[in-house]
Amino acid sequence: MSQPIIKITDVHKIYTVGGQEIAALDGVSFEICKGEFVAIMGPSGSGKSTLMHMLGALDIPTSGTYVLDGEDVSAASDDELADVRNQKIGFIFQAFNLLPRTTALKNVSLPMMYAGIHKDERERRAKKYLELVGLGDRIFNTSNQLSGGQQQRVAIARALTMSPSILLADEPTGNLPTNQSLEVMKIFQELNDEGHTVVMITHEPEIAEHAKRIIVLRDGKIISDQPNSKRRSQDGQNNKSSKKKS
Amino acid sequence: MEFTELLLESLGTLTLNKLRTGLAMLGIVIGIGSVIALISLGQSSQRMIESQIQSLGSNLLTVSPGAQNSGAVRGAAGSATSLTNADAEAIKNSTSITTIRNVSPEVTTRQQVIAGRNNTNTQVVGVTPAYAEVHKISVDTGAFISEQDVSSSKKVVVIGPQVATDLFGEGVNPVGQTLRIKNGTFTIIGVTASKGGSGFFNQDDIIFAPLPVVQKQIMGVTSLGSIALEANSAEVMTQAQDEVGYFLLERHKISDPTAADFSIFSQNDILSTATQATGTFTALLGGIAAISLLVGGIGIMNIMLVTVTERTREIGLRKALGAKKKTVITQFLIEAIVLTFIGGLIGVVIGIGASLLLSTVLSMPFALSLPSIGLAIGVSGATGVIFGWYPARKAANLQPIEALRYE
Repeated sequence: MSQPIIKITDVHKIYTVGGQEIAALDGVSFEICKGEFVAIMGPSGSGKSTLMHMLGALDIPTSGTYVLDGEDVSAASDDELADVRNQKIGFIFQAFNLLPRTTALKNVSLPMMYAGIHKDERERRAKKYLELVGLGDRIFNTSNQLSGGQQQRVAIARALTMSPSILLADEPTGNLPTNQSLEVMKIFQELNDEGHTVVMITHEPEIAEHAKRIIVLRDGKIISDQPNSKRRSQDGQNNKSSKKKS
Repeated sequence: MEFTELLLESLGTLTLNKLRTGLAMLGIVIGIGSVIALISLGQSSQRMIESQIQSLGSNLLTVSPGAQNSGAVRGAAGSATSLTNADAEAIKNSTSITTIRNVSPEVTTRQQVIAGRNNTNTQVVGVTPAYAEVHKISVDTGAFISEQDVSSSKKVVVIGPQVATDLFGEGVNPVGQTLRIKNGTFTIIGVTASKGGSGFFNQDDIIFAPLPVVQKQIMGVTSLGSIALEANSAEVMTQAQDEVGYFLLERHKISDPTAADFSIFSQNDILSTATQATGTFTALLGGIAAISLLVGGIGIMNIMLVTVTERTREIGLRKALGAKKKTVITQFLIEAIVLTFIGGLIGVVIGIGASLLLSTVLSMPFALSLPSIGLAIGVSGATGVIFGWYPARKAANLQPIEALRYE
């Protein structure tokens, strides 16, 4: 495809626990291009969470380089990382992580507030993205008045507002019942179809199957990286109608 | 991010948990409230004492026997005999003293006073007519001691309203009646108007009699307890003090002023001593109240620390979404400052209310010091900064990964 949006080269991450060095990532290298939908899989302890933190600019590698959208973030300062996260990464967490007792609109506006975008523009964009995820009628509901699936959709809207380089989802369906999981995955597929780059961490094979490419980690190393042959296709008609909405 | 947005954000968070916000504020409310109420109480009593001292007579100089540096600043009547009637007369007639308007030689003694079945223990003051001028005494019924009463040593008295009540009961006109002091019978010729005051300053519990009568018949002395002098104006007080001082030194043939056998106080000396005493009292009260303010500040810090721990996930999220250290610090600092500032404002209102109530209950003049209010508000804001800083920094230094993982 086009040039890589993520380029990870020989990344190591070593934690020292009780005087013992543990390599959570042990020489990981891969590239992700614009428009890809990648699932990163692996059992617990495989280093996928560490990799997700690295990809999300929440942490920096012990050695190796990470270039995100042309910018080397492997040795950035805390505040530089904060900017990278704000501008280039749209986070979707397993636990949704919305502000409690705060409206959907306010939640979605939060990254734009930190980016210093004017209030009117924030509201306009927040409404737009909430409509995109099908919550146009819930913008004034507080997070505790929404179901898990709805909360995760608010989180997706929040991730989209800054037009990030990648959407980084960490077990996005881990706290959801099956029907709501499928709803959320459908949104990811639609977003990917529109050109968004999606990187998703999961340990559930059936969720990973929504992606186009699956990277499997074990003991801090990549043991498999291949296109997803059994990719779940989505309902074409639904796809069309939701595309119209956006 | 703009400051106003952070402020709104902080206000929003504070209103989410109203009970906790209220309790956190309470410490500051009590702290600031007590600082204001107690300082105002101190200043009220200061003002009250000042006005009572002023009512003893303005432009007043008092010459007392006994040197100031001997320790016996004001010995009991008769203990020092260095002042005489002749001294008083000399001051009055001196041509070198130009700043003195009135000279009132006095002796004071405490005596048991009997009238019929009633008796009381009170101050008996031997006076000349000048006393009424110098000490601003006015007579309610009857007349004050006259020049003739003094020169002919008449056994007459003028009594204070408190004594009148004690001896003759409320609402009885005692003029014309008699009372007995030390086996002598005295006719009451007048009752003074009430001047108020209490304790040491009670000027209603007093009996005035002609000076020679008190000196010879009651006390058996020839010396004076003191000479009260009224200066022409407040401006010449120092000059008057010097003039009288040098005049008396010369008269007593003393060349070294430090060895003087008398001392001269001005009303201002007494006033400044009293002011100093009540100032210490006010500072003490303020200090006690400041401790409660400190405790309130620690309460704020405690609540803020709990808040930081409780909102670890939220802080992690904010950082993951792009909040910088500075932004997080500012948000938490603003929360702490808003808490203490609003608490301070409420405290000021409560403090003013409490001091109004206190001054009414204790029937003192209401004194409110604006600087102390300004200071209290400033201190409450500063408390927010000082005690909010540590929790805010703690929040800002949280690692987003750990903060997000925190359950």
